[in-house]
Amino acid sequence: MAEREVVFRVKRYRPERDAAPTYQDYRIPYTDDMVVLDGLNYIKDKMDSTLTFRWSCRMGICGSCGASVNGKLRLTCGTFIKDVRSKTVVVDPMPNFPILKDLVVDFDDFLQKLLEVKPFILRDEERPLSEGEYLQTPEEIEAYRQQSMCINCMLCYSACPVFGASEHFIGPAASALAYRYIRDSRDEGADARLDVLSTKTGIWECTFVGECSVVCPKDVDPAAAIQNLKVIASIRHMRQLLLPKSAPR
Amino acid sequence: MRTTVDRSTFDIVVVGGGAAGLRAAIAAVEADPGVRVGVVSKVYPMRSHTVSAEGGTAAVLKDYDNFDLHCFDTIKGSDYLADQDAVEFFVRKCPEEIIRLEHWGCPWSRDPDGRIAQRAFGGMSVKRTVFAADKVGFHILHTLFQTTMKYDRIERLDEWFVTSLVLEGHAVSGVIAMDLKRGELARIGAKAVLLATGGCGRVYEFTTNGFIKTGDGMALAYRAGVALKDMEFVQFHPTALPGTGILITEAARGEGGYLVNKDGERFLKRYVPEKMELGPRDILSRSIMSEIREGRSFKGPYGDFVGLDLRHLGEETIDRKLPMVRELAEQYVGIDPVREIIPVRPGQHYIMGGVHTNANGETSLPGLYAIGETACVSINGANRLGSNSLSECLVFGAAAGRSAAAYAKKRGWPQGPAGKEAARSEEARIFDGLLGREGGSETVAGLRVEMQQLMEQHVGIYRDDARLREVCGILAKLRGRFASIRVGDKDRVFNTELTAVLELDFMLDVALTIAHSALSRHESRGAHSRTDFPKRDDERFLKHTLASRSDAAPRIDSVPVTITRWQPAARAY
Repeated sequence: MAEREVVFRVKRYRPERDAAPTYQDYRIPYTDDMVVLDGLNYIKDKMDSTLTFRWSCRMGICGSCGASVNGKLRLTCGTFIKDVRSKTVVVDPMPNFPILKDLVVDFDDFLQKLLEVKPFILRDEERPLSEGEYLQTPEEIEAYRQQSMCINCMLCYSACPVFGASEHFIGPAASALAYRYIRDSRDEGADARLDVLSTKTGIWECTFVGECSVVCPKDVDPAAAIQNLKVIASIRHMRQLLLPKSAPR
Repeated sequence: MRTTVDRSTFDIVVVGGGAAGLRAAIAAVEADPGVRVGVVSKVYPMRSHTVSAEGGTAAVLKDYDNFDLHCFDTIKGSDYLADQDAVEFFVRKCPEEIIRLEHWGCPWSRDPDGRIAQRAFGGMSVKRTVFAADKVGFHILHTLFQTTMKYDRIERLDEWFVTSLVLEGHAVSGVIAMDLKRGELARIGAKAVLLATGGCGRVYEFTTNGFIKTGDGMALAYRAGVALKDMEFVQFHPTALPGTGILITEAARGEGGYLVNKDGERFLKRYVPEKMELGPRDILSRSIMSEIREGRSFKGPYGDFVGLDLRHLGEETIDRKLPMVRELAEQYVGIDPVREIIPVRPGQHYIMGGVHTNANGETSLPGLYAIGETACVSINGANRLGSNSLSECLVFGAAAGRSAAAYAKKRGWPQGPAGKEAARSEEARIFDGLLGREGGSETVAGLRVEMQQLMEQHVGIYRDDARLREVCGILAKLRGRFASIRVGDKDRVFNTELTAVLELDFMLDVALTIAHSALSRHESRGAHSRTDFPKRDDERFLKHTLASRSDAAPRIDSVPVTITRWQPAARAY
């Protein structure tokens, strides 16, 4: 396979020695079957062992290796160097998150948000295991399948201008996962989640820019999930106004 | 679930946040309302390698199937090295674990009537494999991870790397771990410790495993004096993508895909005529190697390969049941399986061996448990059947979680000076020794690739005495060279070079147990194929290998295999 050269311009930030992030250039050989993550590993293994980034599965499912590549939010394991179509591949850490070191950013805030939307099946009564599974037709699975594909890579938060302006916004992935459970025929926890989603840091903050869905590598479409949640929340609100005695489900 | 540590002591510490570890954590807090569990994982749990499992998880659910048949398939698949009492325990527990996951929201694929669907898999006589399209591990992991958030007695220590176990007298009393974000070592006291760190695929060069699969739990147990069992049995999956090693699931064959050579011939008719593409993995991988040796393979930039042909399944079936196969083939080899044949070759995938445990996950060290791929119970013997490993994580994770909760209830809190002493000695080893050392001629990347290539070439699908002896010698030399490794990154915060060094340290121990165990088994059984001893030898080797830490090379012992109702017989398919 023909080998060519490319410059990787990588944002560096080492908190124990750097006052602010700076770029560092590395000239590396590459072939057409190399992804950006391969380039980063080439640098780490052969040129500069201090370069720091996360990765594991290298097949687009563990969600570890997000970054900004020439300004586009991507999983570095799924972005081929040749497809960047530039003599310089500029790699920045994912925006909107605190940088811990080089390309490693802090996601702890998302895990707190995920916890808040109660990402698990909620029921008044749980069926005993001895009674077997809840029946669920292929159509019922289809109702939540798309949002169940979220790999928590956080690219949607990096793309979201609302989250960028206010870190308190519940954000795309947590909303999509809330929607995933609300649409699951086994779940009865919609009210508990909508209470969280309807606060002033919830779904109404979303201005439907839609960038979250553009950058999502798994086609989860959080933007549509948020719009659907707004509809569900509105209907619930109207029902509470018009039928105040109707018990919340 | 909280993300910070407000106490440095837990009833139970689970090391690893994959399927086995998370299932154990939930089982423990459900078993005892007083138990607090700390899940210590070197990655955010949803990055754990369970996420990459694709094809499915086995359980007897339908009228056409029964427990004895699942037992027999597993035992025959194991080449009669599985412990039959453990297999029976496992098989009987699988169904409730599948239903439990369903109740927790796992999106299992369904039949049109709404019941859980099942597909065919290698070595299983009937459709027994439960699935969620071909992202089964992903859905299991995220379902478990999200379900742990229900329990505030499960606390997570995300991105903490366990460097050693703490022993007090002859019992485990906690772990020493590094908080990667702060670059600090901490001691975490525990009445019981569960090792659930997955396998050790990264000791090989060509593996389906992720970067984090470095045998940490196996090495932690081994260093604490617990034996590793049956480490010579390494599974090579028949269908990995050349170059990257990315897995193409067995479900592709379960749904009807063909393996073909360069002449377009379904060559398995020469090797496993009864089962064809649904033969067990050890035999299929050797069959592919035979085709390659006899010149009937395709040639490519990453060596010889054969083809996986799904074209006759049609676009609709591929998209509904194998969407990830299409996604991976298109993205990583630029091939659309609807129209083209996928290039595949065998790659390291799983290790049947692991920490020697019983069916409750207990080891020989009181308070220490191991589960999932880290453990060897053994239900997999000399060759694991596809889709038994996710079930294994669930069944034995639950059993060990409950068992550890009961054990913790009876134990007092660790009080002695062992934790402080261990922390001091780890500070000296890691920060003064590895990080502080100036000079040094070796790099972690350099040594790692040497070890991986060595294992690939000499402890791969075929082994023999001369090459195994050579490997044992070279591994000992690599261990010596490891002493002069240089860490270029001197910072404390998120030092991934330092963690890579600690991982390599673990892998060198694990690799040595694989090589010595393989050297000691003078027969061919399951995935262990000795060209100098091509036959199975029940008279001398119907037994488990135990590798224990000793001064230089591991000490090799053995324990008997438990045979109950299924007498060893010739293994033909």
